[in-house]
Amino acid sequence: MTGDRPLTARPAGRHALLVELPDAEGTAAFHAEVLRRRAAGTLPPVTEIVPGARTVLLDGVPDPEALARRLTDWEIPPVTSDDGDLVDIPVRYDGPDLADVAALWGVAPQEVGARHASVTYRVAFCGFAPGFGYLTGLPPELHVPRRDTPRTRVPAGAVALAGPYSAVYPRATPGGWRLIGTMPDPGPLWDPARERAALLTPGTRVRFVAVGDGGRGEAGTPDATGTTAGVPRTPASPAGGAV
Amino acid sequence: MTVKLTVVRAGALTTVQDEGRRGHAHLGVPRSGALDAPAMRLGNRLLGNDPGAAVLETTLTGCALRPDRAVAVVVGGAPCPVRVDGRPAPWGTPVRVPAGAVLDVGAVTSGVRAYVAVAGGVAVDPVLGSRSTDLLSGLGPAPLRDGDVLPLGAPAPGPAAPAAVPWPGPPAELVLPVRPGPRADWFTPAALRTLTSAAYRVSPHSNRIGLRTEGPPLERARAGELPSEGMVLGAVQVPPDGRPVVFLHDHPTTGGYPVVAVVAEPALAAAAQAVAGTPLRFTLG
Repeated sequence: MTGDRPLTARPAGRHALLVELPDAEGTAAFHAEVLRRRAAGTLPPVTEIVPGARTVLLDGVPDPEALARRLTDWEIPPVTSDDGDLVDIPVRYDGPDLADVAALWGVAPQEVGARHASVTYRVAFCGFAPGFGYLTGLPPELHVPRRDTPRTRVPAGAVALAGPYSAVYPRATPGGWRLIGTMPDPGPLWDPARERAALLTPGTRVRFVAVGDGGRGEAGTPDATGTTAGVPRTPASPAGGAV
Repeated sequence: MTVKLTVVRAGALTTVQDEGRRGHAHLGVPRSGALDAPAMRLGNRLLGNDPGAAVLETTLTGCALRPDRAVAVVVGGAPCPVRVDGRPAPWGTPVRVPAGAVLDVGAVTSGVRAYVAVAGGVAVDPVLGSRSTDLLSGLGPAPLRDGDVLPLGAPAPGPAAPAAVPWPGPPAELVLPVRPGPRADWFTPAALRTLTSAAYRVSPHSNRIGLRTEGPPLERARAGELPSEGMVLGAVQVPPDGRPVVFLHDHPTTGGYPVVAVVAEPALAAAAQAVAGTPLRFTLG
């Protein structure tokens, strides 16, 4: 009605819409708007709001066609850099693929950690395993391909890279991502007994904080990051801002 | 006083299931829950339970259970012989199992999954609001093993529903109504005609994650990868081999293969009871 909208609503069965956006930023903005409207009580009932790389799935919608028509009238403000909770992840940069990543980045192995930790990431979406968040924010020159041969077991807490994403494995699984470091205590990443089961929920901002002696690859460095490591800095505030 | 149920024979794959976990897909948590949900609900209603009380979902070979106090049960879903301490007992209607007696749920005579509803429901601790075993992500109780002991809830004081109810039989032919999308445009027009006209069969590689199919592959209209996107229950995902996979309750919450169409949820109960080799058609609807 009001001109071109960079949004396509695709039907996904009788009770769901897959809303497609042009890019990751547009997806984050649309996802944030969906959550705002749900909080304000102006969103029709939905049971699941599932962001993807370029999409947001709205499932359990009583009338998807009516919702699709209403979406074209939404005003969607862009996401700003301080939207969302901020979580610090302590990491020892001691991963087995550190040298490979350094070669792909064209830096010395001991510089990988500083580069990786210089970015403030955002959880774009989750998948693969409960609490596994796909973190965006890496500049294109730091994107690396997956390993040619996946590992049969990646340990919990492994800090990893693949394509445009970084991630922290919440538990041991097979995996093909390149491992550059270790979160010393991965327990907070996923705890279904906690009110907030996943530490890294879509929209959360993430910083990696180097700890120990990872640049020299020493194992067993004590975690000296204190009691707030791996805990949301602003757990109760959807607006974040406690930087 | 909590009644306890000892697993005498766990069978090929027996899991605890209820209505599953809703509202956590954005964290990578599958819905899970009973694949033949109507069978779970009917068994529960016959006992006066909440329709979504946790039940046991067996796979092909049944299971055997021993309560430490007398308890009423209903074995339903896929037809199978039922015995209490070796004596034949009725299927599909409430049966009283005395304290210490063994309820044996035999191998199915047709279908795939028999459901054992127990008065009071299986009362293992819920995880994220559900007692269901999720085989994809490992949430909820592990699949049952011989010797496991399950707590039961308190039976409902009210009257149960009338026992004379019809149980749908397992399908001789599985017909799954689909609506095209969200990625039908990733396939050729010929592929869409093939999907809704060709004869498929249920693959023996099916499980709680997906119903796999054997039949003509669907040709893609565009190559390349789809960035990961959310997946709904009933999604007909097409992996590189072109054979459609219908996502069932333990399906991954996001995926990168295109979804050509979505099966209406009410039809998935029949999919849960379709044995390998069952003729399968997808119809527009």
